[in-house]
Amino acid sequence: MNLDNAQQTFIEESRELLAAMEDALLTLETTPSDADAINAVFRAMHTIKGAAGLFGLDHIVGFTHVAESLMDRVRDGEIAVDDTLIALLLGCRDHISSMMDAVDAGEESTSEDMLTTGMGLVASLEVYLGHPSEDGDATESPSAPSGSHTPAPTTDATGVENVTWHVSVRFDQELLRNGFDPLSFVRYLGTLGDLVHVEVIADAMPSGEEMDAEACYLGFEMRLAGDLTKGDIEDAFEFVQSDCTLRILPPNSQLGAYLDLIQDLPEDTVRLGEILVACGTLTERELEEGLRIQAGGAGASEEMSDDQPIQPLGEILVEREVVQQELVDAALDKQRRTRDAKTREARVIRVDAAKLDELINLVGELVIAGSAAETLARRSRNRTLVEANTTIGGLVESIRDSALRLRMVEIGETFNRFRRVVRDVSQELGKDIDLVITGAETELDKSVVEKIGDPLMHLVRNAMDHGLESTERRIKAGKPAKGTLRLNAYHESGSIVIEIADDGGGLDRARILAKAQERGLVQPGQSLNDHEIDNLIFEPGFSTAEQVTNLSGRGVGMDVVRRNIDALRGIISLDSNPGQGTRVTIRLPLTLAIIDGFLVGVGEGAYIIPLDCVVECMKCDPAETRCQDYINLRGQVLPFLRLRDLFGIEGSPPRRQNIVVIQYAGQRVGLVVDHLLGEFQTVIKPLGRLLDHLRGLFGGSTILGGGEVAMILDVQELIRIAVQRDAGAHAETAASNQTDLV
Amino acid sequence: MSETESHPALALEGELNIYGAAENKLRILEFLSRAKEAPALDLSGVTEVDTAGLQLLILAQREAESMGTSLRLLDPSASVLDVLQLCNLTTRFDVSGALECNP
Repeated sequence: MNLDNAQQTFIEESRELLAAMEDALLTLETTPSDADAINAVFRAMHTIKGAAGLFGLDHIVGFTHVAESLMDRVRDGEIAVDDTLIALLLGCRDHISSMMDAVDAGEESTSEDMLTTGMGLVASLEVYLGHPSEDGDATESPSAPSGSHTPAPTTDATGVENVTWHVSVRFDQELLRNGFDPLSFVRYLGTLGDLVHVEVIADAMPSGEEMDAEACYLGFEMRLAGDLTKGDIEDAFEFVQSDCTLRILPPNSQLGAYLDLIQDLPEDTVRLGEILVACGTLTERELEEGLRIQAGGAGASEEMSDDQPIQPLGEILVEREVVQQELVDAALDKQRRTRDAKTREARVIRVDAAKLDELINLVGELVIAGSAAETLARRSRNRTLVEANTTIGGLVESIRDSALRLRMVEIGETFNRFRRVVRDVSQELGKDIDLVITGAETELDKSVVEKIGDPLMHLVRNAMDHGLESTERRIKAGKPAKGTLRLNAYHESGSIVIEIADDGGGLDRARILAKAQERGLVQPGQSLNDHEIDNLIFEPGFSTAEQVTNLSGRGVGMDVVRRNIDALRGIISLDSNPGQGTRVTIRLPLTLAIIDGFLVGVGEGAYIIPLDCVVECMKCDPAETRCQDYINLRGQVLPFLRLRDLFGIEGSPPRRQNIVVIQYAGQRVGLVVDHLLGEFQTVIKPLGRLLDHLRGLFGGSTILGGGEVAMILDVQELIRIAVQRDAGAHAETAASNQTDLV
Repeated sequence: MSETESHPALALEGELNIYGAAENKLRILEFLSRAKEAPALDLSGVTEVDTAGLQLLILAQREAESMGTSLRLLDPSASVLDVLQLCNLTTRFDVSGALECNP
């Protein structure tokens, strides 16, 4: 077992647990008695503690232990969940998270800062636990003193009189070879509670030569006292779940349960009876009584010989004890659920992202090579070869799609991160803000998700800080006191759309305009429509300095956000209604690697338009287009661009040209091209630095089947050029139209 | 390995764990087959005991018992005692010198 790898897994899993813990804590904020959430927090602490112990990360064990003890008390209803406690636990979560980071970074020692934070948190936790921390030593076990905290003995006559758990475990023979040491589990149990008694069962071990020194033959029967749940004990054996047979009997189990245990275990019944008595789990009297009841039950319900009390006796006992049956059912149900969870887990494979990238690269090359082969096949006019190539082409396309889908992740995880941010910020600002997340299951490329996090964070903070008004202002405006921030995501024509909307006051256009004029972004007297004014906030250097807080408005504002989005070949737009709120919409391509392209010819060159953007193609009527830059498309004005003019291509156009209608973000533009060459799978190669000056018209390049280079048109930019030119020509009409719309 | 005529003892040293388990098992069995009377394992030099090591100790004792004698553990080190105590086996083995070592 490679310890480094295992530790990496530990860190990753711990991060997931911490995320779950955060979610749970936020849930608790609204419903403080949510048992599932309380359990989730407890589980996170507990599992991290256990796993950290395996790696000898004592500082994490020590810290999580205190938090776990606290959660244990919360679970028992001894401590009520309130806002202070949640804040404290969130602080603990953050502290553990930074300890994890330190471990991940390979830092051996804990920094001073972290120690101080840790001590502070432990002290606060200890206050809740009801005993002040004496020396900062958190590793002692407050939850498991042998006598005082154990549950009170039940008065139920049929219950066995003991207040301890009985844990029975038999290990797989391969366990030692797999690198596990069963003794360490026993030791770990000793840290969970008080090991009252341990009995080593070595009956399975053959003698002398037959014994394989590297096989594990031992089993353990243990009595464990302490405030524990069955889950705690099961968790201790989590790593060897499939390699051991674990039976756990809760304190005060029905006698029948013990008898069942005796029968389930591989060892001889009498020997086991002795073992249980030796453990102190059963008294001799209880054992005798149990066997007597067993015998009597067998005789009464089935005609079995009394002198041979064997197999089904325990079952009969269960039948007689109705309560017990329910318990068994509950246990079975739990087992089934655990198993389900395990299979779900098994269906997910962790793969190194670099391997996926490599695969995508290879698929990209395959696509290029495939189109080269197809071109050659077509030229050869060998029909069977063409057919074979078409089949291969289809398969390559499927492979491409599946490969790209491998990288798709749901955006929900990114969105959920903001729940904490919204909570913290709303407290800091004294605003009451509700975060509503929709479309969390929308998928997009992992690499995009990683890069969208920061811009989104900025937008969310902006919306909370500037967008939403203070509670008093909201009430005065007749709005609900609680502000709402919405995060939404959905797919639309090959893009993913992410919306960040608030129901705040909207943008203050007068102030934005004033600021822009002050900064020289707008010339005095220049008339702008509302939309243009709104978009001024994306201009570099624009920040409404009056609003500087420690959250946003640090001058690196929306222009940075826009640059980030641009870098992802995305587009950001803003929609604001005074008094009603602001909505920022981000459109991003689903993937950055491969697209379906539409190949067109202009002059000698070939160009690619992303197929998702192509709406339709039509013949270009020279009579209609000769002296104007727009056509009438079924009653709508459609501005168009002549690519020949745009690219400065010399020579006379062919007699028949075509118009390709493209659409992006709700705007349509026509492109006049010479030839339509059909669909083409396009592997996007980024433009090198040397070609930087081409950016703006082209989004990248690709290699065609014949080896020629084709430029990929930047649809967004072309539409912007066309619309701007169009707006320039019809500025006045457009402006008045827009005002009407608002 | 230190052996005398009257008190044959096999000294096990270092880590008594899975890595040396197969070899140690051979040594123990070989030792027991030679030592007819009151065999003992000198465990003063054992630095670590894991489940495999514990199994060997149990095996050794069981083999000795089957030969009609009993095995003594001489001066077990702290790590041996720790495991024996954890597993409640101190009484099952004939441990000499344990009480002095055990605070």
